[in-house]
Amino acid sequence: MAPVRQPDAGASSAFVQLTETRRFAYAQGRFKFFASGLFSFSARFVKPMSRQDLIDELKEIVGDRYVLSAKEDVIVYEQDASILQAMPEIVALPADVQQVSAVVKAARRSGVPIVPRGSGTGLAGGAVPAEGGIVLSLARLDRILKIDLANRVAVVEPGVINLDITKAVAAQGFFYAPDPSSQAACSIGGNVANNSGGPHTLAYGVTTNHVLGVEVVLSDGEIVWLGAMVPDAPGYDLCGAFVGSEGTLGIVTKVAVRLMAQREAVSTLLAVFDDMDGATRTVVDITAAGIIPAALELMDQLSIEAVERGAPVGYPRDAAAVLLVEIEGVTEHTQRAMNLASALCARNGAREVKKAKDDHERELLWKGRKGAFGALGTITPNYYVQDGVVPRSQLPRIMRTVADIGKRYGLRIANVFHAGDGNLHPNILFDLRHPGELERVIEAGAAILRACVDAGGSITGEHGIGLEKKAYIGLLFNDQDLEAMARLRQSFDPERRLNPAKIFPSPAGCGELRVGPARMPAGLWI
Amino acid sequence: MTQPNEEISALPPGAGSARLDLPELYQCVHCGLCLDQCPTYRVLRLEPESPRGRIHLVKAVAEGRIEPNQRFAEHLDLCLMCRACETACPSGVHYGRIAEAARALLGPPRWPGRALALLCFRHLLPYPTRLRWMASVLRLYQRSGAQRLASRLVPRRIREMESLLPAVPARFFSPSSEIFPALGERRTRVAMLSGCVMSTLFGAVNEATLSVLRLNGCEVVIPRRQTCCAALNLHNGETMMAKRMARKNIDAFLAAGVESVIVNAAGCGAAMKEYAHLLRDDPEYAAKAERFSSLVKDASEFLWELGLALAPRRVELRVTYQDPCHLAHAQRIRSQPRALLRAIPGLEIVEMAASDRCCGSAGIYNLTHPDMSQELLREKMQAIAATGADVVVAPNPGCMLQLDYGARRYGPKIKVLHLMDLLGQSYGAAGPA
Ligand SMILES: Cc1cc2nc3c(=O)[nH]c(=O)nc-3n(C[C@H](O)[C@H](O)[C@H](O)COP(=O)(O)OP(=O)(O)OC[C@H]3O[C@@H](n4cnc5c(N)ncnc54)[C@H](O)[C@@H]3O)c2cc1C
Ligand code: SF4
Ligand code: SF4
Repeated sequence: MAPVRQPDAGASSAFVQLTETRRFAYAQGRFKFFASGLFSFSARFVKPMSRQDLIDELKEIVGDRYVLSAKEDVIVYEQDASILQAMPEIVALPADVQQVSAVVKAARRSGVPIVPRGSGTGLAGGAVPAEGGIVLSLARLDRILKIDLANRVAVVEPGVINLDITKAVAAQGFFYAPDPSSQAACSIGGNVANNSGGPHTLAYGVTTNHVLGVEVVLSDGEIVWLGAMVPDAPGYDLCGAFVGSEGTLGIVTKVAVRLMAQREAVSTLLAVFDDMDGATRTVVDITAAGIIPAALELMDQLSIEAVERGAPVGYPRDAAAVLLVEIEGVTEHTQRAMNLASALCARNGAREVKKAKDDHERELLWKGRKGAFGALGTITPNYYVQDGVVPRSQLPRIMRTVADIGKRYGLRIANVFHAGDGNLHPNILFDLRHPGELERVIEAGAAILRACVDAGGSITGEHGIGLEKKAYIGLLFNDQDLEAMARLRQSFDPERRLNPAKIFPSPAGCGELRVGPARMPAGLWI
Repeated sequence: MTQPNEEISALPPGAGSARLDLPELYQCVHCGLCLDQCPTYRVLRLEPESPRGRIHLVKAVAEGRIEPNQRFAEHLDLCLMCRACETACPSGVHYGRIAEAARALLGPPRWPGRALALLCFRHLLPYPTRLRWMASVLRLYQRSGAQRLASRLVPRRIREMESLLPAVPARFFSPSSEIFPALGERRTRVAMLSGCVMSTLFGAVNEATLSVLRLNGCEVVIPRRQTCCAALNLHNGETMMAKRMARKNIDAFLAAGVESVIVNAAGCGAAMKEYAHLLRDDPEYAAKAERFSSLVKDASEFLWELGLALAPRRVELRVTYQDPCHLAHAQRIRSQPRALLRAIPGLEIVEMAASDRCCGSAGIYNLTHPDMSQELLREKMQAIAATGADVVVAPNPGCMLQLDYGARRYGPKIKVLHLMDLLGQSYGAAGPA
């Protein structure tokens, strides 16, 4: 039997301790579920340390080079791929799980918050330390520990880049399915934390469908395994609860992922439309016809323009929309499905349907799509991306609504999104240096999210709530839902040490939060 | 010969951030897609040592949020200027221009050999004759036995730096005339950059390039008044001097009345294609620079566009190709050199892993940042060893020196050749006389 962890004296009087360790936490850990005292954050700090003492202690743990505290260093960690900024006081980069645990313990003793960070490609400010404190970068935990092709499992550290898993097994005919467009840069730890999806989510599901187990460091420094190496572990699905928790329940230090076998045939087409309506109707028709493409992605005229200006791949610049359809499977199936999909494109007014002739052409079609977010920099200094979801059948209508909202607020909106999932990414383009523009952008963003919820959808498909969507979480969940979630969080992290100020609507606290180069308008984001 | 008359003065801290008001800074949307392509980030996993981090720092200086102090300078100095981030960037951010502007603001770097480097940038590189004279002294030192004696007396660090140098060849590239007629039917008239390092340490490559061009129907002009391309000055914040050198080259080459300016060193080609940007605010030279930059062609780029008039003959070798950063990333030239290699019958071409990752040479980086440089070189030599090739082709002098040193230090004992060496060899026309 694993050693029983002592409850923190005074943390909460009423707690139910669950026995039978193995049923709940796979290997060595065990959990306390707190039944009450949910919102009384009784953070007790053993001994407040001075900042310098903490820095020295951290240096002892991870080495001098990997503790940053000078402004010219930490400023780089004030932002992720969103536009929110808040500066950490210290950045620590541990090299292994023991060091992660030691850093967490040190932070706890000195009473400062910890914000985990992977590659900082998040679009919701999840890795931005809104309350200051320590940013704990997992970038150095970047080893692929085990590849077990017989069981189709790989065990990797959280800092491993998503695409590197596929690269490591591609020659043997396998791949890791979740493929965020940022896959050449984002980390597996970040993917787990955000339950990230990608263009191929349509066929394969999101991260949670591909994670078998995770090793995590809890808020008190304890190291536990959640889940298993086999699908369908007994007991509560704590691993499932952990995936998507955005760094608020613990720090991921190992991930066991499922590997999939490559399909026999892949074929990809690009359909060019002169109006958005035709493109969205095609999406509805393709799925209604019973074809399940591996990916179904849409880009509008502004996104096409951005891609062609940044790193051109040959999308037609005058098109109103292009639709990428990818079908995988056995050869006969893909051919049949491809013919049907082309016919449906034509029926909805596609002016051109181009099939990729070889891998090179296929890669080029995808390269444009995958670089589309980044390419927006060629047409705008700033963008604010929404991540709303609607039922697929609502796509034509919601796209019209988005266009109307753009007109109403006088803002350009570039759309590049996972159409097959009904997962919109309207990017509202603006320039932070223009006074007053940000306010309009935020209003327009809220209007879009409201429209998504009204259409029976949600406010985030894959980017997470983070800092940036906190204000909107009430659109989706009622107080009871929120309380249930808070309870879960409380049981993992009673002191709200880990990534505080995220997900739940709450005051951001003492940290200084800015939007890009301008001051953040008070109360807008939080 | 003109003397330098514009001096760079050290700027007081905080001043001049207006000079960093670059539109390029605001083209970066912080997406992070460049991170994993950056060699320094891959090794250290620290974001201040990444492209996005460096851009963020420059932005912070431009906005007056941090001072352009020593720490800031260190982050910029550790950058290899390999521009792999530009290839990775979907937003088309010109990182190189951002970094050059920041380095110009900082002035020349502050590492130990600074005084020596300044001497070199200001008083050696701009003057081909002085450079040659220096190289002759070095050659004398290497051949007279003084080197062997010195190796027992000087400290290890200096010995290591010295071992980076190849043996200075017996002959420099000193063309006997300014104009060389085409051999066979004349198809075009081009000029050729001799280059400072190329003409002293790689004279044979220049001779091979000249022969290959002539054999393919080019009348070749080698303007006497040309000078070094100024790439090193530019990368090290010596903008004024770089501009002077650029103007001198523009005059020399435009006067030659040619259709193309051929460069066989990737770093020089990249720098000369940027003259248009460098001199964009110079009322007298902006237009000329624009025209000049449009004429500049890498030798492989040019030959592939022109088409080989003479079919290469058989060369039985297993070769691997190293993409020089300033060819693959800065000039986006990858397929042309490979296509030329494929045009040589008998060559077996084996791709190495990550052929477009920097080998750590990066101008004088291997002298200024030996640790990072050695780390990258070790990795590179492993990738090369895995191909089992006899020859590694790298059309840039910096890469050639570094790989040659890598072969001596880490193995495999592989031969390093320029693409023009190989082509020349296949025409049976190459090699020093
Ligand atoms: C160009 C571009 C395209 C994108 N496309 C997609 C897409 O198609 N689909 C999609 O879902 N997302 C997409 N994203 C968003 C982003 O890439 C994903 O959310 C990604 O999973 C973030 O990973 P990261 O390593 O960058 O995490 P970060 O941004 O560093 O962090 C994200 C969150 O995870 C937490 N976290 C990070 N590492 C750990 C850890 N080890 N343990 C615990 N918590 C941790 C952080 O605290 C934060 O809350 C895109 C982003 C960009 C810039
Ligand atoms: S130029 Fe090279 S070393 Fe410098 S930031 Fe870009 S990728 Fe990194
Ligand atoms: S890829 Fe380009 S836009 Fe993205 S962070 Fe790097 S430089 Fe900026």
